[in-house]
Amino acid sequence: MSVLPLPGIALDQRVSRPPSRGDYLADRAFRALVQGGAWLVLLLLGWILWEIGGKGAVGIRDYGLGFLTSSTWDVGRQQFGILPHIWGTLYSSLLALAIGGFFGVVMAIFLTQDFLPPQLAVVFRTVVELLAAIPSVVYGLWGLFVVVPAMRPVAGWLFEKLGWIPLFGTTLSGPGLAPAAVVLAIMILPTVAAVSQDALRLVPYRVKEAAYGMGTTRWEAILKVMLPTAATGIFGALVLGFGRALGETMALAMLIGNSNQISLSLFSPANTLAALLALNFPEAGKREVEVLMYAALALLAITLLVNIAGEAIMTLASRKAKA
Amino acid sequence: MKRTSVWGLLAVLCLFAAGNPVRAQESLRLTGSGATFPFPLYSAWFKAFSGKHKNLTVDYQGKGSGAGIRDFLNHTVDFAASDAAMTDEEMSKVPGGVQLLPMTGGEIVIGYNLSGNPKNLKLPCDVYAGIFLGKITKWSDPRIKAANPGVALADQDITVVRRADSSGTTFVFTTHLSAISEKWKKGPGAGTTVNWPKSDKFVASPKNDGVSATIKQTPGAIGYLEYAFAKFAKVEMAQLQNKAGQYVSAGGEGGPAALAAVQLPPDLRAWVTDPDGPKAYPITTYTWMLFYKENKDPKKAAALRELVEYCLGEGQKLSPQMGYIPLPPNVVGAVKKASASIQ
Repeated sequence: MSVLPLPGIALDQRVSRPPSRGDYLADRAFRALVQGGAWLVLLLLGWILWEIGGKGAVGIRDYGLGFLTSSTWDVGRQQFGILPHIWGTLYSSLLALAIGGFFGVVMAIFLTQDFLPPQLAVVFRTVVELLAAIPSVVYGLWGLFVVVPAMRPVAGWLFEKLGWIPLFGTTLSGPGLAPAAVVLAIMILPTVAAVSQDALRLVPYRVKEAAYGMGTTRWEAILKVMLPTAATGIFGALVLGFGRALGETMALAMLIGNSNQISLSLFSPANTLAALLALNFPEAGKREVEVLMYAALALLAITLLVNIAGEAIMTLASRKAKA
Repeated sequence: MKRTSVWGLLAVLCLFAAGNPVRAQESLRLTGSGATFPFPLYSAWFKAFSGKHKNLTVDYQGKGSGAGIRDFLNHTVDFAASDAAMTDEEMSKVPGGVQLLPMTGGEIVIGYNLSGNPKNLKLPCDVYAGIFLGKITKWSDPRIKAANPGVALADQDITVVRRADSSGTTFVFTTHLSAISEKWKKGPGAGTTVNWPKSDKFVASPKNDGVSATIKQTPGAIGYLEYAFAKFAKVEMAQLQNKAGQYVSAGGEGGPAALAAVQLPPDLRAWVTDPDGPKAYPITTYTWMLFYKENKDPKKAAALRELVEYCLGEGQKLSPQMGYIPLPPNVVGAVKKASASIQ
């Protein structure tokens, strides 16, 4: 497009001009930097997989798939199996997701849908985000000293009255699945709340206006218009939260009881993969390192599967919504 | 104000730059890593030792016995420490040889949490073995009641608290249980981690502090941990029945009596699995420092010998007040003699 010379302004004083050599260079450099950064992330992931896979290969060769389905962990007799750990990881994370996800989304609605004056909403948001800054160990201690004693009488009552339901099949002695899941739920709450808030805030204001214009009540607008429109983002928040729950280590190591058993009961001790890795690595011998690396691969695979499943559900849901 | 501080900083930097080459020649740094069980005592020793020797600093990292041995085999430290000593196979991997020196002793206690806080609960051998095997599950069990007449024991579940991480403490405890109970030996056996009975009344916590916190928070709990940790966390400790049939509490004369009952072989590696003697506390152990027999730097070797000398002399006086057992005099002599092989 040719530039028309404007009256009264000399050619070199015009606002627009073709990019200079320096601009080109800066542009290229920035592009290279960004691309490099993106590749670096992929390379890093590849490298981690290579390292863990390489060290775990021996464990995979020697123990095979039986490793994933047996439940004995006996270093002395060299028998290893991680079924209870897989079970505990999924059970505790799903429970935490159910609790933390519900409260996170509810909180996001509360903070974005004009329930509060904006200044107060900022205070609330900051407080929720502060939860993310508390170290894992502190959560663990808090769980041990506050959540467990508070939960014990409730658990005892449930066991007495509803003990025939497998969920309440045991009493809570100390550490166990339920306190671990509650603390885990609080830990993933900030992630779920923050990302859900962003998703809800991204819904254009006119969508809500249109809903009100059609005569919906506030609740109808939130539940039938806002939430479905923001569903993709909220679902992403839940997947992120679930991922965080799967990998959480220290608080769980302190609270879950680290017992290799598979039980439906909420109050019995269990174990998780992340806790197994964290607790056994420092003193592990050669053989143990190999099987621990195998367990780490299993954890990676679970996380990957969860993400893929989340992605797939998302795609399906959005396709249905469009149809 | 600001300017002065900048000048001051510069002056300090100049001093450092000028002083450094001289310091680097004279000062010597010894690094070690390993067992966490004697860590409080070792750090007190090394701090005092470094304070006395101006150009000598000792750094010790409590990573765990297994990690210490690994560092030692990789030659990343000058010495290491381990509760489980070293196996022959591990020792054969060190060119020039390893000198194991027992430095102090410790006791593993059985802590409990019962309503009404009864002190000095008495536990016979077969009873505590039975509890950790998951065979005795109630505090009101007749065998516990029989050993403790006059103590009100409620009909309460026993929750066993064990170590979740692999540890020297577990090794010592399970070695003792294997020595006193045939069933234990055939079942879980001895090791830094073992396959514990499966029950929802067995829970595990990381580290000594995790175990003491869980015991304190769980009514009806019982668990094993190192004496010093139990003492400082104020966990109630049981009196245990020893081989001679006597009930002995930890922290008194029982520890030294147990160590004295064991004859150390020339390589100074011996386990006190089930000591004889009416006064001996049953779950007692030595803990070792590991040294290279051949050090590259003769100055370092001399410093290490000096360190051992200090730990054996003044260091031993610190042991009892920190909850550890001082070495018997004849052992001190033997260790001193053996330390000459650190060259």
